[in-house]
Amino acid sequence: MTLAASVLAGDRLALARVLSLIENDTAEGRAALTDLFPYTGHAHLVGVTGAPGTGKSTLVNQLVRHLRQTPEQDISPRVAVVAVDPSSPFTGGAILGDRVRMRDLSGDTGVFIRSMATRGSLGGLAKATADVVQVFDAAGYQVIFIETVGAGQSEVDIARLAHTTLVVEAPGLGDDIQAIKAGLLEIGDILVVNKADRPGVEETERALRGMLRLAKPASDRRAWVPPIHLTIATDGTGIAELINEITRHRAFLHQSGGWERRDQYRLQSELDAILRDALVSRWRKTVSESRYQEVLYKLVERRLSPHQAVSLLLDGGESE
Amino acid sequence: MTERKIRVIIAKPGLDGHDRGAKVVARALRDAGMEVIYTGLRQTPEMIAEAALQEDADVVGLSILSGAHMALAPRVLELLKANGQGHVKVFIGGIIPDEDIPRLLEMGVIGVYGPGALSDTYINDIRKAVLGSPVV
Repeated sequence: MTLAASVLAGDRLALARVLSLIENDTAEGRAALTDLFPYTGHAHLVGVTGAPGTGKSTLVNQLVRHLRQTPEQDISPRVAVVAVDPSSPFTGGAILGDRVRMRDLSGDTGVFIRSMATRGSLGGLAKATADVVQVFDAAGYQVIFIETVGAGQSEVDIARLAHTTLVVEAPGLGDDIQAIKAGLLEIGDILVVNKADRPGVEETERALRGMLRLAKPASDRRAWVPPIHLTIATDGTGIAELINEITRHRAFLHQSGGWERRDQYRLQSELDAILRDALVSRWRKTVSESRYQEVLYKLVERRLSPHQAVSLLLDGGESE
Repeated sequence: MTERKIRVIIAKPGLDGHDRGAKVVARALRDAGMEVIYTGLRQTPEMIAEAALQEDADVVGLSILSGAHMALAPRVLELLKANGQGHVKVFIGGIIPDEDIPRLLEMGVIGVYGPGALSDTYINDIRKAVLGSPVV
């Protein structure tokens, strides 16, 4: 049986292996993904982002628990969690510590948790995260949580990947407007103020509401107004309501055509990213190293501007 | 050329709550370029094996200071094998009496490291066991 067939048949070891092959950018991984791709497009992708220390992992733990224990129509959805943590830019290593918060989920064969290191990517997700999510989708996981690094403003990758994005805030982290900086608030479909038992929760909520009004002026025709939910992930407060909101957003997307739009946007982003990499890689092979170094030398000598250097490399012509 | 990333589970099986050593090791492995999935305290062998499978780990590091190593280590090895992960290398850190070490190594544990172990030692042992050579 091929790896892809094993994954489709429910073999969890094969699934784990395919995820690694994809993470390591192997031909075998790409082949498996090609076989699996026709089976994608069904899962609800839920992004969870927010600054470190807001309790994202604990929140995801509770959301998954709730989904698994209170089934709609007697069937609990199978749930996958992809938890991304940063790689050290100096050593290339990483501590992947999100799993620690999800011990309640162990033993449940309908849940699969995979930790990923960013391996140099800067937008909050690893380069392979989108492909890893596709594998889980094809393997039949109906809800896939993607927890980002949580560095703040640069967390834009998740908006391209997820159907529903949760932006998690917590009161009293020192900077009341962490989420409010340009970018994070705009990508949030649902805003969550976690650790709502801490002092300062009312101020945080008020600040968020205020910025929402500014960020989404009346001229914006979007029918979905991001709701604000208060939660205490450590004791489960607000979790059931948050699950309902996530479900409501999914229904809204289906009904408004947003599901298809996001799907297209996601696939287009992925297409463009892979195309860019492939084009550069292919082109680079057509230029001899000595030619490249020659042009680089001229650039460093300031005989050429960077843009001239590129024109020379791309369009050829006599070197002066 | 970049070497492939070694993925290591660091777990504390059983009831002992002293995790400083485990965290020191986790940091050392990260600084050596490895991806460390830190699973924390009070892990059962079943939880450890499940994490190793989902994360497609190359290595499982058990931190044991409770004396229960002769029960916990074989159980973890057995579960890994049952899950089709017999290739996963297991090492143990903590308080292990010398007389138990030969039996542990016989069972398939790749190394046992006491409190004074140098990080270079276990880092090189792991690299050798997983990649076939101790240095990049």
